[in-house]
Amino acid sequence: MAEDKDKKELAPEFKARLRTEFEKDWRKDLRKTLPVKDRMKLSRQKMPEREAGERNRDFNEVNLGLTLEMAQAEARRCLDCANPLCITGCPVAIDIPSFVKLIENGHFLEAAWKLKETNSLPAICGRVCPQETQCEEVCTMKKASGVAVAIGNLERFAADFERLSGSGGIPPLPPPSGKKAAVIGAGPAGLTVAGDLAKLGHSVIVFEALHESGGVLIYGIPEFRLPKAILKAEVDYLKRLGVEVRTNFVVGMTATIDDLRNEGYEAFFIGSGAGLPNFMKIPGENLVGVYSANEYLTRVNLMRAYAFPAYDTPVLKAKTAAVIGGGNVAMDSVRTAKRLGAERAVIVYRRSRTEMPARTEEIHHAEEEGIEFQLLTTPIRYFGDEYGRVRAMECQKMELGEPDASGRRRPVPIEGSEYTIDVDLVVCAIGQSPNPLIPQTTPGLKMGKWGNVEVDWTTMATSIPGVYAGGDIIRGGATVILAMGDARIAAAEIDKYLRR
Amino acid sequence: MMPKILTQARLVPNLHLIEVRAPEVARKCRPGQFVIIMPDERGERIPLSIADWDAKRESVTAVFLVVGTTTRKLASLRAGDEVPVFVGPLGRPSEIGAFGTVVLAAGCFGIGALWPTARALKTAGNRVIAVLDAKAHYLLYWQDRYRSVCDKVLFSSRDHALGSKDFIPKPLEDVLHHDGPVDRVIAVGCTYLMYASAQATKPLGIKTIVSLNPIMVDGTGMCGACRCTAAGKTKFACVDGPDFDAHQVDWDQLFTRRKSYFDDEIRSLCAWEEKELP
Repeated sequence: MAEDKDKKELAPEFKARLRTEFEKDWRKDLRKTLPVKDRMKLSRQKMPEREAGERNRDFNEVNLGLTLEMAQAEARRCLDCANPLCITGCPVAIDIPSFVKLIENGHFLEAAWKLKETNSLPAICGRVCPQETQCEEVCTMKKASGVAVAIGNLERFAADFERLSGSGGIPPLPPPSGKKAAVIGAGPAGLTVAGDLAKLGHSVIVFEALHESGGVLIYGIPEFRLPKAILKAEVDYLKRLGVEVRTNFVVGMTATIDDLRNEGYEAFFIGSGAGLPNFMKIPGENLVGVYSANEYLTRVNLMRAYAFPAYDTPVLKAKTAAVIGGGNVAMDSVRTAKRLGAERAVIVYRRSRTEMPARTEEIHHAEEEGIEFQLLTTPIRYFGDEYGRVRAMECQKMELGEPDASGRRRPVPIEGSEYTIDVDLVVCAIGQSPNPLIPQTTPGLKMGKWGNVEVDWTTMATSIPGVYAGGDIIRGGATVILAMGDARIAAAEIDKYLRR
Repeated sequence: MMPKILTQARLVPNLHLIEVRAPEVARKCRPGQFVIIMPDERGERIPLSIADWDAKRESVTAVFLVVGTTTRKLASLRAGDEVPVFVGPLGRPSEIGAFGTVVLAAGCFGIGALWPTARALKTAGNRVIAVLDAKAHYLLYWQDRYRSVCDKVLFSSRDHALGSKDFIPKPLEDVLHHDGPVDRVIAVGCTYLMYASAQATKPLGIKTIVSLNPIMVDGTGMCGACRCTAAGKTKFACVDGPDFDAHQVDWDQLFTRRKSYFDDEIRSLCAWEEKELP
């Protein structure tokens, strides 16, 4: 819904600050230690990862993280450009060259603090951002040598270094403003707003419907990609900044925005996410064994069904699991099914490999782990057994036609290409829509045609004064980092609003 | 700061009442809504219909049937214990209006779940008749509460101790034929009771509302576990319901989906009993 708005022109005062950092003596000296042409010859450090045949049987993290030496070697590849494009590719405009050069210089903690100036959740972004379409896509090193600096891996390294060092520091906080803001949803957008507002001296309460903080980071993204301990550490950091999280509180039901206003909250941020799974509306979709990705992943991640019966929540196991879709959520689901013992775990995607929206690394990891890909294919119906459980699906082959509104070539069914495969688990990962609870219970909140909350994209302000929104509730299913980008804009505007 | 249990008691064999201190929920809840509860950190999230609330005690009460691991865990809690999740109120409130004559059919936990509706319907000026069903007369509860607001309360139990011994729909049909005309029927209880009530009222064309009870996880529309079919369309019971027009519900699908985890439920229960029972 907003792709064109996501590549940003940097503000002049921000450019000036970057310039000041760039001109610092230590940066100048560091640049002199190795000529640009030699830096360009350095090859990218490969992220160490667990062997595919071992990791596809458990839920421990796949990537092991760069070592100290590897991180410094990778940081040396950064050319420290006078006009760093990487920053323009980052939805939250992290000062990337500064933190990378701090790593090269061995100042790892300072690198983490530099990240935290603009990003309260760097250990998460370092793991889940689609860097290859953002900062790394526009990296000068990519143009020069064909291979971008591994900015994401370095971000993860710095954040992990700080956490493991146990520094636990927080930046100096301004005196309390005496103003109170309510943040709805403890997902990536909400947590970012909360962190920013706390750092600006406001009192912030985050209201979360589930019993743990994180939103999609806790219920959606699996342990093998984002360990819960990492998320917990990032949330603990926000708590040290003074942020309070109230779990088990469904704004719209437990209290409405108007109720909270009467309790003294002056500003609101709606970050309630894309909590409404889409289905294809094809026959058999309500058979037992057909899940939405939200349900499948929530059972396994938030409710720990992988440890059933030590945890009480079950999840159905499969011989053959089919996951419909080609995004990150589909990859997370199919790799989860494999880990839960599926002999065959298959991605069924209606376009080709090129159009898959998942991160390159996730597709690559999935292939290594033995995931099958049935591309240019779509399910058209599911068949059940006598107990109402899914036993097979009928598929149809597709070919690519003219580009559609998204710019991707539209899949067109090939008549007569139908075939049936036996499956005993289906996960539908074809996207989510914005959750309707807040819109339904907030009179005067202007909605768009996809059920999304409408905002002014320059300020993230909704149609109600003092109420802002960001993330999937306005976008309808995007990425963690875009949600955080919205959140940073919203936090700055909420600060202005509270001090009006 | 976890929600604290104020009361946990056996009402009748296998049916328990739990009263939890939850000030915000108590302020907001309306007849027909539910909460999601989780008995401990490793527990499952399950929906429980709200059976009562008390603004002064800032508490919300639910009645549940002890059937699996989660409800056994709940039944073992005592006043003063805490639960990690007690969230709500969830779902759309039941429609309360001046309908005329309303017949309530309830059994099992549904006798508790339908109580706030009975009270509200009376206040709204309806003639309210209740048919309360149980396997045996000693499994009935809250008869006095119903007598205090209903114009007529009938009982059915298989042991023939109080009125009819037939299971619903028979006693319901008797009311529809002898106490008519009836403007609306509301049935809450096990899936079979609601299904049978729907069968009884369909030929008579009486609008019938049921409170569906599919498996849920988050209860806020996020996961879609609770999807059911009404009037040919997929609905999420947690946000589109839980009340639906009984004559539009795909009952076979509801029965089937409720049994999704039948084997796992038994495995879970065995694991719990091995650990907890001597």
